Amino acid sequence: MIRLERINKHFGAHHVLKDVSLTVDKAEVVCVIGPSGSGKSTMLRCINNMEEIGSGTITIDGQPVYRYEKDGKLVIDSEKQVEAIRAKVGMVFQSFNLFPHLTVTENITVAPIHVLGRSRGEATDIALGLLEKVGLAMKAQAYPHELSGGQQQRVAIARALAMRPKAILFDEVTSALDPELVGEVLRVMRALADEGMTMVVVTHEMGFARDVSDRVVFMADGKIVESGKPHELFSAPQQERTRDFLRSVLERNREMGAAASQ
Amino acid sequence: MLTTFINLFNFEGIGDYFPDLMRGAAISLQLTFCVMLIALPLGLLLALAKIGRSRILRIMASFYIEVVRGTPCLLQLFYIYFVLPAFGIRFDPFMAGVIGLSINYSAYLAEVYRAGIVAIPHGQVEAAKALGMSRRKMLRLIILPQAIRVVVPPLGNYCISLFKDTSLVSIVTVRELIFTGQIISSTNFQYFTVFTIIGAIYLFFSYPAALFVRYLEKRMAIGARRPVVPIAADAVEGTTKP
Repeated sequence: MIRLERINKHFGAHHVLKDVSLTVDKAEVVCVIGPSGSGKSTMLRCINNMEEIGSGTITIDGQPVYRYEKDGKLVIDSEKQVEAIRAKVGMVFQSFNLFPHLTVTENITVAPIHVLGRSRGEATDIALGLLEKVGLAMKAQAYPHELSGGQQQRVAIARALAMRPKAILFDEVTSALDPELVGEVLRVMRALADEGMTMVVVTHEMGFARDVSDRVVFMADGKIVESGKPHELFSAPQQERTRDFLRSVLERNREMGAAASQ
Repeated sequence: MLTTFINLFNFEGIGDYFPDLMRGAAISLQLTFCVMLIALPLGLLLALAKIGRSRILRIMASFYIEVVRGTPCLLQLFYIYFVLPAFGIRFDPFMAGVIGLSINYSAYLAEVYRAGIVAIPHGQVEAAKALGMSRRKMLRLIILPQAIRVVVPPLGNYCISLFKDTSLVSIVTVRELIFTGQIISSTNFQYFTVFTIIGAIYLFFSYPAALFVRYLEKRMAIGARRPVVPIAADAVEGTTKP
């Protein structure tokens, strides 16, 4: 479904992605973990061309996209082509980014109507169905600022789903939430995974990565250090770097657990 | 104190010239209306050109804005009314006034619009892009509707300031309030009375308008309580006309 081959990317002199290769199959859930600054969000953002890659090839649905070589010549996708791919690959952000001037329903229908050309009635029906699914049917007419962070993020997921995407990219979607609101968002994502949605999830939620993902990818310093089935990677990491990271995360979790039980 | 003040007034012959003052006020209002009709859309186009992707349009818009803001409005009016005829381009005083003020105000309004657009958080652009929207759709459906809320109060203030600035076109002999006042007082010598009445007429229109803008400001702020709005409003106020 999504394939990254030897992706390189620089921000100025900083080499943020170093020969990153990753394949995500249809209906697969891949979680990407790693310390901050490891390039995991940048990699995710390259998949829908929010960041442009320096070199390498991205393939989506069997088609090389954005910029690639064909018969020895560099091909650069037109803006229209990029937009068409983005319409097929959804994205959910850390900061929700709901449109504050639109109601919840309008947030969900604006792109189906204006990008996919659906009728307002049809788009609204789909939106109401999705709101039901994320447990927010009663908020259909509310404005984003009237919702909690967890509710806003569930609307953002519904907004991505309304495009009937082939895959969804999740960029640290629970990092900006109060701890007690994380669960409701993860539940929605778990349900999506169970339905067979293709998902790439950049996350700090180790529990989610362990329980829900088909594969976990550990990134550090712009490289994929290690990847594998969640139980393998979490219980028997092969690389020193991975062990260090998991140890520090587990320690922090233990401290939080200790604080909570006091 | 109050009686001395009142004694300064000399209302002799007011019945003769008051209708002239009213006509002057009507012309000032017409000028305001015509100029806003041109400057509001022109300013938006300039702002879009300035933030757009075409380098040529960007440079042209910046050049226009900087030249207009960097020279006195009075000079621009002189140029249009006195210099252009030398090149065979002639306007009647009212037209010259409308054109001069429109050029001037469109440049200032462009900066107001631009500040309003730039104040929209980048996450909004990203969300729109991620949904497959083209730049045009993003602008029309997501960015401009949010920017307008931010920009309406400062635009209202510019309207009021324009109403007062229409007095500048008296210099090219448009018979608006100030010009009319000059004619009247230079014949009856009642400077105090005539110009105080004129001041009262300006205030009569601009004060309620200012109250209305203040009301709009409050309403817009409640409409979107997200941090977006207060930050953006500050950014826009930073562009007030010097």
